[in-house]
Amino acid sequence: MATRNDELQKKEAMAPEGVERTRRRNVFVPNTDIYEDSENIYLVADMPGVDANHVDITLEKNVLTISGTVEEASPVGHELAYREYPVGDYQRAFTISNEVDRNAIRAKVKDGVLELTLPKAETVKPRQISVQAG
Amino acid sequence: MLLRMYETPIGFGAFNELERMRSEFNRLFEGLERRTATGYPAMNVWSGSDDAVLTAEIPGVDGKSIDISVTGDSLTLKGNRKTDLDEGKFSWHRRERATGEFTRTIQLPFKVDANGVEAKYAHGVLHIRLPRAEEEKPRRIEIHS
Repeated sequence: MATRNDELQKKEAMAPEGVERTRRRNVFVPNTDIYEDSENIYLVADMPGVDANHVDITLEKNVLTISGTVEEASPVGHELAYREYPVGDYQRAFTISNEVDRNAIRAKVKDGVLELTLPKAETVKPRQISVQAG
Repeated sequence: MLLRMYETPIGFGAFNELERMRSEFNRLFEGLERRTATGYPAMNVWSGSDDAVLTAEIPGVDGKSIDISVTGDSLTLKGNRKTDLDEGKFSWHRRERATGEFTRTIQLPFKVDANGVEAKYAHGVLHIRLPRAEEEKPRRIEIHS
C-alpha cells in the first residue's frame, strides 16, 4: 500500500465555475468503487468522519450526487501540532443511466463508508433465452 | 586588488540573494516531499499540556481489529482494510479505494504513559489519546531566596 501514496492523498473537489460554496470549508472527492452484477450497481465511497445523519444523496435527472459533511472535532485544549491530512466535507457526482430503478435505491453508512445499492430496472436485467431444438 | 573586487558589498549581496533563493527553493521542495511521503494512514497530531491526541482516517475497518502498540515514545498502528467481496462475481467500473494490510510507526516528541492510552474509533476515524509519562511532565521549579 505504501507505494500508492499519490492515490491515498485526498483530492479536492471542484466547484462548478462561478458557483461558490456556502460553507468556507475544504471539499474532497471521496475515493469510490463502482461495480455491478446482474441485479444491482454498487457504489461504495470512503467518507471518513461522516455519519448517517450527515450524508445527502440526491438524484436529479440522471445525475446522482453524494455529499457528506464532517463535524470537525478538535480536541478541547489542544493545538494542532502536525498535520498530514486536511479535514473537510465530501462531494461527488455521477451520471447514471436510465437502467436504474430510481425508487429502489438503498443507502447505508458504516464506519465512514457510504454504500449505495442501485437496483437495475426490470427491463434491462439479463434474460435467459432458451434455444429450442428444432 | 582583484580580490577586493570580489569582496565588494554589491557582489557579495547578489551572491547572498542567490543563496537565499536557492534555500527558499529547497525548503519548498522539502515541504512537498514531506507532504506526499506520508504512509497510510495519514495522521494528525494535536498537542495538549500533558498529552497528545492523534487522529487517523481509516474508513471501513472494524475498530476492534486495529492493533495499537506503544513503546517508549513510538506508536505503531497495524490493521487490514479487507473486503469480504467475491470480486470475480462483479464487473468493475471504478476501483479507487485502497485495500490491504497497513503498518505505520511514528515517533512522538515525548515518552508515553502506555497504561493511560485511550483509543476510540468512530465513523471511520481513529482517535488516540496519548498521555505524557509522569517522569516527563514539565515541573515547576521553585526559586528560593
